[in-house]
Amino acid sequence: MSDDAKITIEVDGQQLEATPGQMLIEITDAAGITVPRFCYHKKLTVAANCRMCLVEVEKAPKPLPACATPVTDGMKVHTRSPLAREAQKGTMEFLLINHPLDCPICDQGGECELQDVAVGYGSDVSRYHERKRVVRDEDIGPLIATEMTRCIHCTRCVRFGGEIAGLRELGATGRGEHMRIGVYVEHAVSSELSGNIIDLCPVGALTSRPFQYRARAWELSQRDSVALHDGVGANVHVHVRRNQILRVVPRENEAVNETWIADRERFSYQALQSEERIVQPLLRENGALREAAWEEALAGAAEALQAAGSGLGTLVSPNATLEEMFLSQRLSRGLGSSHIDHRLRQSDFRGDAEDAPMPWTGSRFAELSSNQATLLVGSWLRKDQPLLNHRLRQSVLAGGAVMAINPVDYDFNYPLVESVVTRPSEMVSALAGVAAALGADAAGVTVEPDATQRAMAQRLKSAGQGGILLGVAAHLHPDFSLLRRIAANIAEATGCNLGLLPPGANVAGAHLVGVLPHRYPGGRPVEQAGLDAMTILAGNCKTLLLFDVDPEFDVANPALMKQALAGADKVVAISSFDSPWLREHADIVLPLAAFGETSGTLVNLQGDWQSFCGVVEPKGEARPGWKILRVLGNLTGVSGFDFLSTEEVINEIRLEAAGMTPDNRLGTPVSTLKPELSESDELQRVGSVAIYDVDAMTRRSPALQATPDAWTPGARVHSSLAERLGLVAGDEVRLSQAGCSASLPLQLDDRVPDKCVWLPMGSPGSENLAAGFGPISLEKC
Amino acid sequence: MSIRNEPMVRVKKFADKSSLFTAEIRAEIDRWIAKYPDEWKQSAVMAALRIVQDANGGSLSQEAMDQVADYLDMPPIAVYEVATFYSMYELKPVGRHKICLCTNVSCMINGSDDILAHLQKRLGIGFGEVTEDGRFSLKEVECLGACGGAPMMQIGPRYFENLTPELVDSILDGLE
Ligand code: SF4
Ligand code: FES
Repeated sequence: MSDDAKITIEVDGQQLEATPGQMLIEITDAAGITVPRFCYHKKLTVAANCRMCLVEVEKAPKPLPACATPVTDGMKVHTRSPLAREAQKGTMEFLLINHPLDCPICDQGGECELQDVAVGYGSDVSRYHERKRVVRDEDIGPLIATEMTRCIHCTRCVRFGGEIAGLRELGATGRGEHMRIGVYVEHAVSSELSGNIIDLCPVGALTSRPFQYRARAWELSQRDSVALHDGVGANVHVHVRRNQILRVVPRENEAVNETWIADRERFSYQALQSEERIVQPLLRENGALREAAWEEALAGAAEALQAAGSGLGTLVSPNATLEEMFLSQRLSRGLGSSHIDHRLRQSDFRGDAEDAPMPWTGSRFAELSSNQATLLVGSWLRKDQPLLNHRLRQSVLAGGAVMAINPVDYDFNYPLVESVVTRPSEMVSALAGVAAALGADAAGVTVEPDATQRAMAQRLKSAGQGGILLGVAAHLHPDFSLLRRIAANIAEATGCNLGLLPPGANVAGAHLVGVLPHRYPGGRPVEQAGLDAMTILAGNCKTLLLFDVDPEFDVANPALMKQALAGADKVVAISSFDSPWLREHADIVLPLAAFGETSGTLVNLQGDWQSFCGVVEPKGEARPGWKILRVLGNLTGVSGFDFLSTEEVINEIRLEAAGMTPDNRLGTPVSTLKPELSESDELQRVGSVAIYDVDAMTRRSPALQATPDAWTPGARVHSSLAERLGLVAGDEVRLSQAGCSASLPLQLDDRVPDKCVWLPMGSPGSENLAAGFGPISLEKC
Repeated sequence: MSIRNEPMVRVKKFADKSSLFTAEIRAEIDRWIAKYPDEWKQSAVMAALRIVQDANGGSLSQEAMDQVADYLDMPPIAVYEVATFYSMYELKPVGRHKICLCTNVSCMINGSDDILAHLQKRLGIGFGEVTEDGRFSLKEVECLGACGGAPMMQIGPRYFENLTPELVDSILDGLE
């Protein structure tokens, strides 16, 4: 029988088509026939250990588990026959024997698969009068609450660890009556996808810890939204009660996030109730910020902006919605300034002229899973874009090779076939070596390829489908233009896809609507390009408009930001969260509606426009960004601000950006690029962004900040460097960079190359330093 | 989707295997590893645990299990799963002589209760305990397949059958 031949089976008298090899439960699920189950999950391997899915198959001597019974032609199945019902009821009775039935105090109550199935298949009275077993709980971290007595040993959580998270942390220890699910040696689980086991667990054994005892499932209303911490744009359901977001769970979208979300998408909502929310407009008076009415604050802001004219510099968060982005650039340009940028953490803008029209992954997300070879350049994909890493991991399971050139020996949940870990200054030559091995142009860098580089080149070249992905660290690298140019040449020489994975949730959108100094909406070039983010901060704009920016932590160079704030005549901030630097320097602060409080659109890194509605009222006096910008547009007399809804804004954007699709093709090469970082003996800072320091929300989520993945304040160096300097872990060290300094505890980490200091942008203490990448010095205080 | 059958390996292999155990123990584990295909060396986990347990005074500490995990490049939890599943791996220290007394049906009918009472009186310990001098520990086991000689017990590799309190005394007296 050939693989694609169709066969027919009969279920409950209904003829159904199937493909040989499919399991019976897949066919019944597709046909909407209910078969109860606990251990089966379509994204996990079949364990067939709960036996809840027993059905009657004609000619079989006993009931068979639908989840583990491959279909065969002519198979006749009865899911509700007396035999099937009896088997299902029997299983149910056994499952409930040891279950505590503590539904009234269980968070899962009301949304529990065990409860639901028990209603259908259980009996009202238990015949079991003996003692039930009790299982001691383990503390598995700040995200997941455990109540292991409720566990029914379906092993979904265990399989998830091995198969999806790629990290086996939970297991089934002991045997029979003594079998229990847990970590055995107590520790906080560390997968960046760990929260998904909360959804997978069919009972109340694993529940959300931040949500614990907050609400009952039936009190919540479920609304749709889109997560905003990376360019994946994971689809989520937001659960709301009395105008407050109490929980975020995944919304299935096979093309984007399948059924998963990363932990930061699940738990960042905590920040919405942070004390640091700005809930009232603020105006500076006699040196201090005071609360003000909206009219007053808006009038003040409009006046400042209007007075600035072409001296206005606008920085827009790369997480802002498409509508907010569009209006912010319209405002800035209407006032006569093209000094607007969303690339707040980027430091190399020399290649702007050859920028790709609309950066993206270079292939649909799902296609990453079938890559035969992938080269990651400056990317900790696992922590930077966890769900893309999950896709790429699937490619490894299917036999594909992943390789990396990175400034830290980042850990992945799959083996790297080839890996180069170098100081940032040598990343360009490492990548150039790969290009040289292919005979491709290395953008003027001459190097003799070594064996690793040749092997990388060979793998990319021989792959039927391959990719070269420039990650967050590459985008923030001082030689980003060179890395990108060389990567593009490699992609061309090998026929691989070039993928650009910058930080931010709406970078593709920012390119669509021209939140760039050198591009208008639709990617049309600006004749007289404005100033980029770094140059704006270098004292060139006397009036600053910050849209959703934490000045301390969201920029490539906090030292520049600090100077710019101090030197500016006027600082207008539209912001959801308060921060010391805003307190000190902002003249007008307009409270901005945050995640879930505004409608809008995000364009992810495969070019999907994903619109969502506001699901709760903005906190306090905060208002949606597009409305604030609309009023500012009207007050400053800029035309084209007569929108009544985000739909109207989107319609206009569709006109302006008509025909624009994701496109990584670079323009005519800028000829004069020379490596910016020199390979001197100085210490170099490695400063990508840590997973829970990416934006204002993750930084303010107490649960995320308590996980092992949160960056513990400190600077990390290789143990051999520490030894040479006569330092030990825990020593307080003074780090100095371009005239500023910070003291932080020293941490030893042998993943960091020699002569480097790993200290990410956005991490605590980094606000007192300068550029994320570049020379740094370190001494004992 | 089919049932996946692939090695449960760790991403980062443990580099310095020569720091684990002793050369003899490594050689013996390697003998078992050689019996399986290269990528399936985790199949040697049961043998490795047994070898390490023997070398470790008859029981497995968490460090010992972690070393087995390191040596076979398995996630530690996968080793704990095996070690906790089988009853012949000891997770707590045992005596120099581990007395395994069968209390299953045949032995029970033939008086294993009396043997137990006698052992408890003589040693001053119950099941799962170790004498203060570390000489003996007592363990309850299920049928060891020697019903013909019930009641029976096992000490080390040896079976002792048709036990009476007097016989037990003489057996224990003969052990140092
Ligand atoms: S904890 Fe939940 S998901 Fe894990 S085995 Fe138990 S019931 Fe299944
Ligand atoms: S769902 Fe089939 S045995 Fe669990």
